[in-house]
Amino acid sequence: MYSKEVMDHFANPRNIGIIENADGVGKVGNYVCGDIMWIYIKVRKNENDEDIIDDIRFKTMGCAAAIASSSMATELAKGKTISDALKMTKQNIADSLGGLPAVKLHCSLLATDALVEAIYDYLSKNSLPVPDDVLRKHERIKIDLEKTEKMCLNPKAQENSLKKD
Amino acid sequence: MKRIYMDHAATTPVDERVMKAMNPYLCERYGNASSIHRIGHEAKEALETSRQVIADKINASPDEIIFTSGGTESNNFALKGIAFANRDKGRHIITTRVEHGCVLNSCRWLETQGFKVTYLGVDKNGIVRPDDVSQAITKDTIAVSVIHGNNEVGTVAPIRDIGKICTEKGVYFHTDACQSFTKVPIDVEKDYLDMVTINAHKIYGPKGVGALYIKKGTTIDAWQHGGGHERNLRSGTENIPGIVGFAKSVEIACTDDITYMTKLRDILITRVLSEVLDCTLNGHPAQRLCNNANFSFKGIEGEALLLRLDLHGIACSTASACSSHTLEPSHVLMAMGLGAEDAHSSLRFSVGKENTAEDIEYTIDILKKEVGLLRKMSPVGGINVQ
Repeated sequence: MYSKEVMDHFANPRNIGIIENADGVGKVGNYVCGDIMWIYIKVRKNENDEDIIDDIRFKTMGCAAAIASSSMATELAKGKTISDALKMTKQNIADSLGGLPAVKLHCSLLATDALVEAIYDYLSKNSLPVPDDVLRKHERIKIDLEKTEKMCLNPKAQENSLKKD
Repeated sequence: MKRIYMDHAATTPVDERVMKAMNPYLCERYGNASSIHRIGHEAKEALETSRQVIADKINASPDEIIFTSGGTESNNFALKGIAFANRDKGRHIITTRVEHGCVLNSCRWLETQGFKVTYLGVDKNGIVRPDDVSQAITKDTIAVSVIHGNNEVGTVAPIRDIGKICTEKGVYFHTDACQSFTKVPIDVEKDYLDMVTINAHKIYGPKGVGALYIKKGTTIDAWQHGGGHERNLRSGTENIPGIVGFAKSVEIACTDDITYMTKLRDILITRVLSEVLDCTLNGHPAQRLCNNANFSFKGIEGEALLLRLDLHGIACSTASACSSHTLEPSHVLMAMGLGAEDAHSSLRFSVGKENTAEDIEYTIDILKKEVGLLRKMSPVGGINVQ
């Protein structure tokens, strides 16, 4: 079911843990839905005075694809400038993992969302300008979260699924 | 690497004695039981001897046993066959919310064909109340179908009480006994059964063979048409090697195996509950199959735990939404009132007669280690989660 790369990152996840005094934290997902992902970043300036992700850690509760996606996202983002890290897509993560099953693609989206949220947290906490697309993503992530929470918490969902053809 | 198979509710290995019994019917006695020459006779004889063995096990007569391709076919046949044959009497069928998918999906399909289906709830242990069955029966009801041993949580349903109600009210009673067959005694007379689904590959027999017990006098339509095999109720050349293997697997099933599996199951349940924090047992504590242990581990997603155990050679199963094609949590656990989070974190171990006490020991050690590791990785850590 899973690629060699997914199994490798699942069996030996990179960058697990938290960063005390992190510069930004992104928390996405929902316990009821079965996936929660938290990403912590430490930011420093490089020689060109650009913000780069100096350290990055994650904590994830989820399936093998969710854990592997978090691990890969942290690997890909580490050392990148903030603006480069923001260019990362769910497809980049899935591709780097040698592909994900179609039903698991949302796991790689969750990982990019967690990273965007961590960067948003860093920018807004430091009163730095938040680029339009980051703001849009942040709004979209908030709405997505509310939607899935509603879906997962709805006790009728099970009943309806029993009735649908 | 070790290979510890603890997923016997999914399927079992074929017992060597079963394989030996089947072997001659592949290359030497390959006849078609419908042929009238001697080679055909050999096959016919094996077919009828096997039928007798299986009938005896549930106190039925041989002509009440119809061989099929397995549990799914038997359940489809029972429900659709009974519904269509009796649709002039009524259009209402009663089942439960904890059935196997093949019963639920057959019922959902029957709903598209003009039948009404009631899906009864269960208590927190997965038990359907006979009173609820009684109250759900109307003048329009033609059949009740209740799973005997639940495939996910192992809860054993009170089929005798339900059967009695059905007989008194004049409606057919069917049970899906795929998981319980040879583990929990079934007596079609004493249990008031009109139809029973059984199969071979859960009891050390081969895949692709099962049977449906149909009580004499039951009004049921054939669901597979053709050359008129199996008293015109299930056409198709009989799978003689499979049927011979099925009968052998029934013959070798013994109470010693049940006692042994119960012992392993109880060690597993007792030690996991006492040694792993924030862990609960799903299903009835006592009225459960001798081989089933189903747990929820808070703060962990079941598929991840299953695959971490697989890395150590331990094979088990989960009803986590993440492991299903639909990403929906287990309908059985949800019907029992578990929160979605506990359904996500469920893991089913089903032991078998070839497991050893060392296997259980090893599994518990690895399980403790991996639960700890995943909880360390988990933002909610498993403790005090709302």
